[in-house]
Amino acid sequence: MTAQTTAIEAAALALGDDALVLSHRLGEWAGNAPVLEEDVALANIALDLLGQARVLLSLVGDEDELAYLREERAFRNTQLVEQPNGDFAHTIARQLYFSTYQKLLYGQLASGEGPFSGLAAKAVKEVAYHQDHAEHWTLRLGDGTPESHTRMQRACDALWRYTGEMFQPVDGLDVDLTAMENSWLASVTAVLEQATLTVPDGPRTGAWTAGAGRQGLHTEPFGRMLAEMQHLHRSHPGATW
Amino acid sequence: MTTDGWPLWEVFVRSRRGLSHTHAGSLHAPDAEMALRNARDLYTRRGEGVSLWVVPSAAITASSPDEKDPFFDPSADKPYRHPTFYEIPEGVKHL
Amino acid sequence: MTAGTAATAVTAVTADAQGVRAEQDTAAAAGQAAHEAVFDAAVAADERIEPRDWMPDAYRASLVRQIAQHAHSEIIGMQPEANWITRAPTLRRKAILMAKVQDEAGHGLYLYSAAETLGTSRDELLDKLHSGRQKYSSIFNYPTLTWADVGAIGWLVDGAAITNQVPLCRCSYGPYARAMIRVCKEESFHQRQGYEALLALSKGTEAQHAMAQDAVNRWWWPSLMMFGPPDDESAHSAQSMAWKIKRHSNDELRQRFVDIAVPQAEALGLTLPDPDLRWNEERGHYDFGPIDWTEFWDVLKGNGPCNEQRLSKRRQAHEDGAWVREAAAAYADKHSTNHPEQHTQQRTEQQENGEARA
Repeated sequence: MTAQTTAIEAAALALGDDALVLSHRLGEWAGNAPVLEEDVALANIALDLLGQARVLLSLVGDEDELAYLREERAFRNTQLVEQPNGDFAHTIARQLYFSTYQKLLYGQLASGEGPFSGLAAKAVKEVAYHQDHAEHWTLRLGDGTPESHTRMQRACDALWRYTGEMFQPVDGLDVDLTAMENSWLASVTAVLEQATLTVPDGPRTGAWTAGAGRQGLHTEPFGRMLAEMQHLHRSHPGATW
Repeated sequence: MTTDGWPLWEVFVRSRRGLSHTHAGSLHAPDAEMALRNARDLYTRRGEGVSLWVVPSAAITASSPDEKDPFFDPSADKPYRHPTFYEIPEGVKHL
Repeated sequence: MTAGTAATAVTAVTADAQGVRAEQDTAAAAGQAAHEAVFDAAVAADERIEPRDWMPDAYRASLVRQIAQHAHSEIIGMQPEANWITRAPTLRRKAILMAKVQDEAGHGLYLYSAAETLGTSRDELLDKLHSGRQKYSSIFNYPTLTWADVGAIGWLVDGAAITNQVPLCRCSYGPYARAMIRVCKEESFHQRQGYEALLALSKGTEAQHAMAQDAVNRWWWPSLMMFGPPDDESAHSAQSMAWKIKRHSNDELRQRFVDIAVPQAEALGLTLPDPDLRWNEERGHYDFGPIDWTEFWDVLKGNGPCNEQRLSKRRQAHEDGAWVREAAAAYADKHSTNHPEQHTQQRTEQQENGEARA
């Protein structure tokens, strides 16, 4: 990647980094899920996202160079996807917020004629399933036991502030962000209400969250995540694996 | 049989259109909706299916091995139910 | 990745079929003898035993133990490899590894399902795993110290497991045999990806080659131990073979694995850490050096490098997930019209068994 990144490459990088980073986070669940069936489900989602990331990053350059050799400040993912897994409720809240966004985004891109329409046509089916998975779990955690309700509410509240960033303009991404944001709010509100949860009322953007990830400003846990992810690759410069 | 209150479900997969659903295995899920999703993730992640059924294991009534003889043996002595029972003169076609 | 038979071979069979046979003077025993004759004839004729068929208590117990250990091995076996998912050196390798670890969860599920057809719930089996009353394959008590270990596990550990498992596709118990067919079909990529990863390292930089050789040095002997103790020390092998829940002896399978692995190592450009390894023209097999069975028994007893770590992590995941499982069950009780009544019913013998019982 060079300074002359085109607008399309900038968009591919933003969407690719989102998918790459969230896939990594979900991969951290391997062997730790609340029930074996969920180990399989989370891995499926992680693999879908990793597949999307590889296609998108390859539009920009070498997928491994981009994933393993960029510094933290060069990553363009939203801060939402880099947030640590937390308990299962945090992971599900992050999934709900992000998959709802991705479903709307790829839905729009798939129906257009832009450079991402082919990729989006495939991805939209994947993310529809991710959204379905997140929705079903949100209902079960929100409307399950008092403990699960408390945990789910806490998770929804904690991640709410990272949700505004998804609707900041991205160079090269030709979508109606206002319409998307309205649909996102309506969809998430409906799920949360059905799950007997309160829609968080805090700000959805802030000095550090509005578009900051897209500009290369990330949260503390992201640096550690990258250190782990990139360590082996960087320890053997030029090696083939 | 439950796991933390998650009952057992039997999973049936239609591998492609035109074939019937075939028993693939079982899994645990809290309810039918989740059972269907778990079945999708577990039994069709290599493209093995185009349609799924999940059935609570407890809802299946099975014949007992003890009844095997009265159930299934009587049908063994009725060869006239099979086409090979009948002799047809050589040369007769389409029969 | 699994190592079902090895652990079985070293665990005591509790019920005693001989003892049961001794009581043939009662009417019940006569009925039992008739059942047993049918069972023996079915096994002898290579027919499958199905869940609701009469079977000797000891056969059932042996199967539950073997299948459970096999299932436990799958899910504990996720840990050493998951250890490298977040550090996989390329995105391609990362996708492969995630898919492989996911398969292991899937294989655990298939096997727990097979065990449930024998009337043992997954809860019960997990409980026995967590409390240390049931074993998993000792191989997973060794650590994955470098990326090359992922390759070595795929090549050697999965290779040994496949050698063990392929014959189990013809196991006398139907649901187990069917689960194994599914497992073997899916597992075929596991070994190849490991071999391919090692090959890349072996042909890579000096540091990568050294990493690969080091991994093979560490995993070779434990892989040979996966087949279980020598036949003359494996008390229960004979009964398991008579029942056809095991189809070849430990030593036979071990030899088969060595014979396959030696030329594969040569093609990799790596050496196997055994100075006694050489082709024996007369036997038509490779001879290999003595296995350190003291280490095997020691690791089995709990003194391996990772026994405590593996079990603690498994317990932790289970405990951390309890509130989630409870929430989903509570939600189902509140909402689902399709929720099976069984959930609230007393369990009966009919409901004990899983798989459609015919």
